[in-house]
Amino acid sequence: MMTFKTTMTGLCASALMAGAAGAGDLVINFDDPGPAPKAAFEAAVAAFEAANPDVNVTANINDREAHKTAIRNFLSADAPDITAWYPGNRMAPFVDAGLFEDISDLWASDPNLSTSFEAIKPTMSRDGKQWGVPYSYYQWGVYFRADIFADNGIEKPATWDEMLGACDTLKSAGVTPFTIGTKYLWTAAGVFDYLNLRTNGYEVHNALTAGEIAYTDDRIRATFANWNTMLERCSFVDNHATMSWQDALAPFAQGEAGMYVMGNFAVAAMKDAGLTDDQIGFFQFPEITPGLPRAEEAPADALFIPSGAKNKDDARKFLAFIAQPDIQGEWNKEIGQLPPNSKAEINLDDKFIVQGFETVSTASGLAQFYDRDAPAEMAKGGMEGFQEFMLKPERLDAILKRLDKIQERVYK
Amino acid sequence: MPDPALPQRNWLKANRQRVAPWVFLAPAIVFFVIYVIAPIFQSMWFSFYAWDGLGEKEWVGMANYVELFDDDRFYTSLKNNIIWLVLYLLAVPAGLMVALFLNQNIAGMRFYKSMFFFPFVFSQVVVGLIFTWFYNPSFGIVGKVWEFFGASAPSILGDERFVTYGIIFAGLWPQIAYCMILYLTGLNNVSSDQIEAGRLDGARGFRMLRHVILPQLWPATFLAIVVTVIGALRSFDMIAIMTQGGPYGTSNVLSYFMFEQALSEYGFRMGYGSAIAVILFFIMLIFISYFLWVMYQDEKR
Repeated sequence: MMTFKTTMTGLCASALMAGAAGAGDLVINFDDPGPAPKAAFEAAVAAFEAANPDVNVTANINDREAHKTAIRNFLSADAPDITAWYPGNRMAPFVDAGLFEDISDLWASDPNLSTSFEAIKPTMSRDGKQWGVPYSYYQWGVYFRADIFADNGIEKPATWDEMLGACDTLKSAGVTPFTIGTKYLWTAAGVFDYLNLRTNGYEVHNALTAGEIAYTDDRIRATFANWNTMLERCSFVDNHATMSWQDALAPFAQGEAGMYVMGNFAVAAMKDAGLTDDQIGFFQFPEITPGLPRAEEAPADALFIPSGAKNKDDARKFLAFIAQPDIQGEWNKEIGQLPPNSKAEINLDDKFIVQGFETVSTASGLAQFYDRDAPAEMAKGGMEGFQEFMLKPERLDAILKRLDKIQERVYK
Repeated sequence: MPDPALPQRNWLKANRQRVAPWVFLAPAIVFFVIYVIAPIFQSMWFSFYAWDGLGEKEWVGMANYVELFDDDRFYTSLKNNIIWLVLYLLAVPAGLMVALFLNQNIAGMRFYKSMFFFPFVFSQVVVGLIFTWFYNPSFGIVGKVWEFFGASAPSILGDERFVTYGIIFAGLWPQIAYCMILYLTGLNNVSSDQIEAGRLDGARGFRMLRHVILPQLWPATFLAIVVTVIGALRSFDMIAIMTQGGPYGTSNVLSYFMFEQALSEYGFRMGYGSAIAVILFFIMLIFISYFLWVMYQDEKR
């Protein structure tokens, strides 16, 4: 009886100790269990623990899609000290609901954050305050089969006409110019964004996603006219509405399609599909309206502090730590992406990273992505419209009118 | 010493017969109220608000319903729900045919029966995935068959004209198996006296089926119709797996539309989603009350 009692007391005591988080406990919910992202994140955590021996980090690594659903529950019920999330309009609901901590003080006081993140600061801001720290971003552009281009004597296209010409040559060689998988819609938004950025520029992109320009506006119609040209002369693979972006890699890897408008994360998947570095090339989406300043898509991934966090001091310490140039350099070398810190080193052995860095660092403006810049409901309707347009271009008028209707309701 | 608990115990003793069923029912009633009845009224209540699930709820009155009845996607979903309802009911006669075919005494019949029942054991998600691959025009079996005849295959799940039918066809596979099992158990109970009597009166073939066997199978038929109608109205998993309502929302049904608006990545319009749920609930209510009424009439007889 006595032993039983002692054991119970011991159990209760240890349960209590585990329950009451000490001052040095830091809980992080991360959202990418892929081998490289996980290793890079864990390396950064280990470096932080080595620098701060009094802090004990607990990391929960969840699947990306599961994280998107779970975050709404854990932010209000049982908040970690740090969580992964996306900037731009994607963070807006949580910022507006008061679920994210305002860390403008950190952005102002930390010499590294205040000087090396100028390009990306606007995306991390809402209501003039900063809400998170980005740890990575990546370029978008056109990936192409360098070997197929060489076999057919096609040069890397620098202008819209050259790209259309490349499409003609590919078609006559029996290769579908572009692959894409629009089952999950957002890939079509990438194509739309680029056509719109190249036709009208960065300001129009922002005005459209902010609801200030109607979809039936002549400028947006011009974008769709260019898209129509692209559909006719540079056809996309058939059946794209039933494929995910990974499914759409198959025709690219098998040489049935020559180009892919994509983000840099696709390179790893292309190599997994059996392509070598020499077979894959990258070029910036070519200029359409001459003389227009070149803006790029460059979505960022970031870390945020929930307002319900228990250990906000160490959380701030952690965010400042992972913003350092060497940490950002290591992290992104591992995952094959770009460090948002402009003083961080990039992996010079990776030609896509070198070109990507060149692409985004010389861009006149960085867009997040249609579905991160526009509010969720508008993004959903818009991307369905893009998909419908790709399949039934003749319905353009009806689609644009429908998008106007959604826009009117969403931004009221 | 007088026992203070005595009068109460006497009451219990006297009313034991009446109290016992309620005691046994209590746990079920409590959970039914908490998890079924209360959420129904909660959804109705939410449907009058604009709410993103996080911030403050804002009272908007009938605005969600006004928007819903002006929403093309709602009518697309409703139309698809009706197509589902009509075509999904094909599972009932198809299940009957399979059951009649399998209701023989041949060696190994149990094995064949279990093979036919197999698709119902699969998760709907698996069935959806299998058919997604079937339908793929470049490597799926549908594509190969078309190729064999020298034609280029249609993209069944990528074409608004075929997509809903493609998903329903996939959904019929497990549903036919389900109806088949219901009929097989029903066929076990068909009385052989009546069949012999029918045979003496000269009934055979289709007339035997129509006038002797089918009437005896009425309980199985009724059950098969009920589960099929309810299955058609809440068809969700197949759509989520095969198309996510696409291309551009043309294969949506009310249940998936509701999920998309309330809980998906681009949704979190709880009020609007609730309004869809309420409409779907009333549609289901029509069928459920009809079924309950039929059952009640049967009991009375």
